[in-house]
Amino acid sequence: MAYLTLFSIVKNETDAEDGAQEAIINAYRHLASFRGDAKFSTWLTTIAINEGRKRLRKAKGAAEDSIEEETEAHEGDYTPAPLTDWREIPLEALERKELGEALRLAVAELPDIYRQVFTLRDIEGLNIEETAQALGINTGAVKVRLHRARMMLQKRLVPYLKTTVPARRGFFGRAL
Amino acid sequence: MKLDCKHVWEHISDYIDKTVDAKLREEIELHLEHCEICSAILDSTRNILVLTADDRTFELPVGYSKRLHERLKEEIEKSKLERPGDDAK
Repeated sequence: MAYLTLFSIVKNETDAEDGAQEAIINAYRHLASFRGDAKFSTWLTTIAINEGRKRLRKAKGAAEDSIEEETEAHEGDYTPAPLTDWREIPLEALERKELGEALRLAVAELPDIYRQVFTLRDIEGLNIEETAQALGINTGAVKVRLHRARMMLQKRLVPYLKTTVPARRGFFGRAL
Repeated sequence: MKLDCKHVWEHISDYIDKTVDAKLREEIELHLEHCEICSAILDSTRNILVLTADDRTFELPVGYSKRLHERLKEEIEKSKLERPGDDAK
């Protein structure tokens, strides 16, 4: 859990692993301060996020100390990609390795604020309130970011699927 | 009120998370019954979330748990040395 959270912030495997170990050791050292007013997983996630942000600040240098200031204020296109054929694709298509790789890449390339919310909510399985608490933002911002992240991923993966789905998967058995 | 596609797209994420109110949910479902495009968008988004939640999609690096356990063991040993009396509690 701590690793994927760290990875969503530092975007580097080695740094994410070091940071996750550090976060877990930190949690162990401060276990006595865990009061149970949040779920343990949310508490640990918050420690992991702080560790990630610390590392990011260090890497970027003091001059660019603005990672928390990023917001979803900028406008963009968050509409999904219209399609009519995915409905016919059975779930076993999702088993394919290439699709998993495409998804990992698409998540990695999401803008930071969207990737972090998507990681906590949809990969780690925290709920909206826990995600908001861990990131120190309100639930409204979590919902907006989550929606945009999901729509960006949908749009990104649709063309990929259209080119890799076997021809026989078309509507009514027709080739696509 | 009849929803158009764009309106449905705006609520897809909340619809999947079941956080839309009952009236809106009903309107979205009514729209989905007749709109193949929105139904496909909903299903494709859901499929992405199924794939995302699959443990095999976002795996930990090889040897991660072993290295973490070793680090934790070191830390526990270290804290025992720093607070030797704790074991007796």
